Amino acid sequence: MTTTQIETKPKRKVRNFALLSNKAGAAFLTPAGLLVSVFVIVPFFWVIFVSFTNRTLLGKTALNPEFVGLANYFTLFDPSNFLQRGQFGFSLILTTQFVLASALFGQALLGLLLAWLIQTVPPWVKRITETFVIAAWILPEVVIGFAWFAFLDRDQGTLNAMLTSVGLPKGDFLLEQPFWVIVVFNTWRGAAFSMMLFGSAFSSIPPSYFQAADVAGASSWQKFRDIGLPLIRGHIVTDLILITMWTFNTFTPFLLTNGGPSYRTELVSIYNYRVAFNDFQFGKGAAVGVIMMLINLAFALVYLSLGRKKKG
Amino acid sequence: MASVEFRNVTKTFGSFNAVSDVSFSIGDGEFVCLLGPSGCGKTTSLRMIAGLETPTAGQVLIGGDDVTHYHPKDRQISMVFQDYALYPHMNLADNIAYPLKVRGKSVTERHGRAREVADVLKIGHLLDRLPSQISGGQQQRTSLARALVYPSQVYLFDEPLSNLDAKLRLEARGFLNHLQRDMGMTAVYVTHDQAEAMALATRIAVMDQGQIVQYASPIEIYRRPATTFVANFVGNPPMNLVPVDAVHGDGQLQLSAIGITLDGLTMSSAISAALGGGKTLTLGVRPEHLAIAEPGAPNTISGQLFANENMGPESLVTIERPDGSRVTARIFTDDHIALNDAVTLGFSREHVHLFDGVGNRIPADGE
Amino acid sequence: MKLTLSAFLGRIAFSALAALIGAAFALPLLWFLFAPFNARAELGLAVPDPWTLANFVTVFGNNFAVRALWNSLIQSVGGVILVGAAATLAAYALSRSALPGKRAVTYILLLFSSVVSGSAAMVPIFLIVSAAGLMDTHLAVILTFAGGLLPTAMFILRDFIDSIPKSYEESAMVAGASPVQAFFDVALPVIRPGIVVVVVWSFVNIWGSFLIPFILLRSDTNMPASVAIYSFYSEAGTPIVTLLAAYSLIYSLPVIALYLFVSWKFGFRFFGGIKA
Repeated sequence: MTTTQIETKPKRKVRNFALLSNKAGAAFLTPAGLLVSVFVIVPFFWVIFVSFTNRTLLGKTALNPEFVGLANYFTLFDPSNFLQRGQFGFSLILTTQFVLASALFGQALLGLLLAWLIQTVPPWVKRITETFVIAAWILPEVVIGFAWFAFLDRDQGTLNAMLTSVGLPKGDFLLEQPFWVIVVFNTWRGAAFSMMLFGSAFSSIPPSYFQAADVAGASSWQKFRDIGLPLIRGHIVTDLILITMWTFNTFTPFLLTNGGPSYRTELVSIYNYRVAFNDFQFGKGAAVGVIMMLINLAFALVYLSLGRKKKG
Repeated sequence: MASVEFRNVTKTFGSFNAVSDVSFSIGDGEFVCLLGPSGCGKTTSLRMIAGLETPTAGQVLIGGDDVTHYHPKDRQISMVFQDYALYPHMNLADNIAYPLKVRGKSVTERHGRAREVADVLKIGHLLDRLPSQISGGQQQRTSLARALVYPSQVYLFDEPLSNLDAKLRLEARGFLNHLQRDMGMTAVYVTHDQAEAMALATRIAVMDQGQIVQYASPIEIYRRPATTFVANFVGNPPMNLVPVDAVHGDGQLQLSAIGITLDGLTMSSAISAALGGGKTLTLGVRPEHLAIAEPGAPNTISGQLFANENMGPESLVTIERPDGSRVTARIFTDDHIALNDAVTLGFSREHVHLFDGVGNRIPADGE
Repeated sequence: MKLTLSAFLGRIAFSALAALIGAAFALPLLWFLFAPFNARAELGLAVPDPWTLANFVTVFGNNFAVRALWNSLIQSVGGVILVGAAATLAAYALSRSALPGKRAVTYILLLFSSVVSGSAAMVPIFLIVSAAGLMDTHLAVILTFAGGLLPTAMFILRDFIDSIPKSYEESAMVAGASPVQAFFDVALPVIRPGIVVVVVWSFVNIWGSFLIPFILLRSDTNMPASVAIYSFYSEAGTPIVTLLAAYSLIYSLPVIALYLFVSWKFGFRFFGGIKA
């Protein structure tokens, strides 16, 4: 078909062919490696180091911090005031309750319910419901914070307007029930993720499984319990770990309550902020950071080992 | 065009031996099929010719040059991939002409040449389309066009027809056969479809577990399969293989198995050598060499009818022997044989294949 | 017949429940549909009478507010360029090179990225930025986000590249392309949808973030819109509700637009798995 001469070019030797040579691969990894090292890996070790010092934001210990050993940790775990409001122990227990109520109970259950409901309802109901659930999740956190601030307003807020219209008394919820406000708030804010994760898990189940159950005369509840739930077990574990980690680390409630009133919504992330940037005690703040990271590490290891098992 | 040679090539992936110490050569202008089941090392061998895998040991030569450590781009080869690998963001013209682009050819030359090749392959009217806008058969031809658009030393094909439906596959196979005869190209073609290999190849290398079991012309492989593996792999339906007990005395070999009558065979040195390894041999007869015969006649196999599949021009008659093994015959019959009827299938002496205890062919007299 | 009737009723009950939950999610946001267009908006829910764009005019007349939006844009675009470029290169290397130890690197990065959250590492991030002399600069925010978002961005892209057949680049190289040509001519265009997703995801994350700029920036001239909005409604006195409502809506628009873009282009489930 052709008479063209085969051309000869200089030939480069390759020791072991790969689409990207090791040299190029290393070069490709360098920019990301540097950025991640400086802003993720270094902070991890630096925070440990700082937690053993009495470094502050201002004053002479800002420049020349002294090594104080475990003093910061002893302060955090001082048994005489550990559980008092505004102390680390109180904050830790509050955060645990917050994670249990808003993530494991609120987001996961509501997400599961929504994911299942949305499968069966008419498309327009599905679309509208999804739109608002997802809007709560994607809008910037300050906007959400302000929206709730308006929603919960004592005198004019939409919630109190609704309560009044059905003859119920008004309430200043941010003052009276701040913990339950942030629980509901976080459930509302994060349910979309669980809904979407479970939704895509459900839709990956072949429809024939459910049709076979239909033919056998199963009810909707039976289909959920006997087919849907067992088949998405892996996704449920993934979801629970992820939303636990995110809720544990979230700072968003700060935008609604500032951690108050009188420390009643001071999650560890907010506690950490107050200690470091309001009280200017970096050493102590770093110690809080270390404890948070240890807790994160425990969850991450569980999560990664699950992921590995799935692959292997 | 150029020759290709493997010298003691080994490729391991971790602890897995994909190709073990393989040596063979492909002459200039030959069309060689690498045939075997999945995991036999055929694709790895092809990819080592392309340079997409580097051998763990040994050398690969193209046109007499040791190219073992050449980058694929420096090998002057063409390759058609199983999934076609058409670039989704380029139209057909740019896809076909991509090899010319990286060779620095001008746009006019690129497009002129792409059109020429596309016209030969009857996709000239589609050059403005994207790969996602054409049919599977057209995609296959586009990938072929991209391989033919520039001069190559060797053309490599990695199961190029396996994603086509049966009818298109036959058509494409015919076209490739024509192309090979027309161009006289050196080609290496990987397939697991024995019919494709038989139809296209000037020589077939049958591979199993990282080694070449037999390397010969299609007709040789069909007539004289080197092992029971080859016998079982080539031919459709595959050769019937029946274990038989061998007894020999005064220059004669008697083979026996339940439900089988056989004339004595003349002892040969090859047979006696094979019998050193045990007294069980394997008897092979191809389905197309069996015909309905009288019960009790010499050279017959009998059993009860298990299935009778009408294929149009012929039928596949399968009988079940008393030990539960099955034998299939490809015969022209309109007979209505009922299930479990006794059937006797006869064959002639020259169509008998014999294999020793480990499955190697025992050469017949005169082989 | 009885069976179909109860199935029908069940269906209605399901729809009603779904609609009810949807409404509960909508309630706190309803205010945002009306207040920005109401020149006399207060914290109460009220249909504007008349509908007006006056609030938006006020926002665009407020230098501080406009400046903050501009700052958000600088920080987001800067961060996105860094994340997009570095993640593409790194993910390509993780997927296509035979570098020894790349699995270990992947594992360690994944581990660190989930352990070192912004709220746990705010102290060392502050210290690193101030040691580098970058306090109160756009670059501080850009670099911090690039580092923090990169691991996840890399994994999203690596998975995406892994799912693309290697035969694209292989066929290019067999046809005579150098690794560089194969990367730019073939790999990059094919990976583009994955890059788009990563870029959108990073943009939304940086644009909407509060804590990092809140800690790292001091002066009004560098503050992004998120911090500006927070200071508008949290600081003493009654917030200027009309301005805030319109401003919040403007600030949310890019996020909504990008979300719609991604769900139109890829279906929202794809987007779903990767926020945060």
